[in-house]
Amino acid sequence: MSTREFLFSGFGGQGILFAGKFLSYKGLIEEKQVSWLPSYGPEMRGGTASCSVIVSDNPVGSPIVSNPDVLVAMNLPSLDRYEQSVKPGGVIFVDSTLIERKVNRDDVTVYYIPATRLASDNKLGNLANMIIVGKIMSVFDEFTDESVDAALAKVISAKHADMLDVNKNALKLGAEYTKE
Amino acid sequence: MSEKVLMKGNEAIAEAAIVAGCRHYFGYPITPQTEIAAYMAKKMPKIGGTFLQAESEIAAINMVYGVSSTGKRVMTSSSSPGISLKGEGLSYMAGCDLPALVVNVQRGGPGLGGIQPSQSDYFQSTRGGGHGDYHMIVLAPASVQEMAELTVKGFELADEYGITSMILADGTIGQMMEPVSLDFDLKPMPEKPWATTGTKMAREHNITNSLSLVPEELEKFNFARYEKYKKIEENECRYEEYMTEDADIILCAFGIAARVSKNAVNEARSKGIKVGLIRPITLWPFPKAPFAKAATHAKAFISVELSMGQMIEDIKLSTECKVPVYLCNRAGGMIPDPKMVMDMIEKVKAGEN
Repeated sequence: MSTREFLFSGFGGQGILFAGKFLSYKGLIEEKQVSWLPSYGPEMRGGTASCSVIVSDNPVGSPIVSNPDVLVAMNLPSLDRYEQSVKPGGVIFVDSTLIERKVNRDDVTVYYIPATRLASDNKLGNLANMIIVGKIMSVFDEFTDESVDAALAKVISAKHADMLDVNKNALKLGAEYTKE
Repeated sequence: MSEKVLMKGNEAIAEAAIVAGCRHYFGYPITPQTEIAAYMAKKMPKIGGTFLQAESEIAAINMVYGVSSTGKRVMTSSSSPGISLKGEGLSYMAGCDLPALVVNVQRGGPGLGGIQPSQSDYFQSTRGGGHGDYHMIVLAPASVQEMAELTVKGFELADEYGITSMILADGTIGQMMEPVSLDFDLKPMPEKPWATTGTKMAREHNITNSLSLVPEELEKFNFARYEKYKKIEENECRYEEYMTEDADIILCAFGIAARVSKNAVNEARSKGIKVGLIRPITLWPFPKAPFAKAATHAKAFISVELSMGQMIEDIKLSTECKVPVYLCNRAGGMIPDPKMVMDMIEKVKAGEN
């Protein structure tokens, strides 16, 4: 991997920014160059939320991801808006609980994960975001206990230490998910 | 080297200010710089400092004036419309040669404008911002690491020269997170014999005042101040050059626009087009030398900006209009993308041949 550009998108409250932050810290721990850029502004209140994350072996130029290698779409407006922007050969992760339609491209790899349903079935609260992140890590063969533990410790404050295991479980569930 | 942490640009400014010894922050909330105030509100009480949310921007800048008069490191931060309100205070502080750090995380204007990133306060900041003959040192960070480093540098330059340093950032650099190291080689804080700290009946009164009703005297102050500015222009210009040596086309950009431009330089080079980038880090003093040098071999300049082309005047002055300067811009909170810059490069190249 020289440079991987992620675009996370969904609605406010789905943990879009948090998912991006987790992967940024994972990159930092692995001594990569990283950038994390949220959308900000009035649209965050209940509307769409998105964040650009770049993980690279080289210094990051523009932190704005216009053509992602990896798109995470956690609601339909996000998929509608960003589907065509994904680079040919890229990967799209779709929360198939909330998005019923299929991706209309044949030059990208798509993973449909019913993340929101898996989260509620497994009493993982609103951790659909981390289920998808787990799947991303396994797809790129980057899922190790060490990297998960280290990055989680960075993004979850000591005050919420009880959330560490829950997040790890969500990551694992996503990593192990294969189409039912 | 201390461990790198991920921080937002705004938070990096706040933490770097604390590391630099700033214990007094005054501000009034405005997007997209609110994280600075939030960070200070959390941290300052724990380290014996002052965080105060003033009743207005005007009040905040005058509190900065007051603390600076006592010789302490002090700062305020705001975004474009808030900086306009601070204009009077900035001018008064310049009239007293008081050091301070002022942060402007720019948003689109004019007027109340929007809350998305912009660079349209270039004229305002590089030309002083308020009334009267004066300048501020204007520093333009292009990364979270530079947000931190230039904050420290800003305090040091302010103290060294008796001047306000402004960090001229934008909403993108303020909101983004990147790894940052907060390990600095701090210069010792200079003596401030002019500070109004009480005479203890052992010296004459120190007075900070910008009122000077005798024109002969005021003129002397003005002339002396411009001697100081000359020294700053000679010693403190900062810039980064990227692949300029053999470049036919030079991109000129600061802050987030420089990050976008660097992508375009790399892409152009991969297509065999000789493009380079000059990134001013100080906007005042404007680094004229690299522009003048590049004008001896480059065929064209392209200024990439989040404004209607405010930096072009300085590029033309630096190059004495020897080479055409084109504009590649977005405004109102929009950001040019590398493709747009690349298209402009190809257009200019076609036109120049």
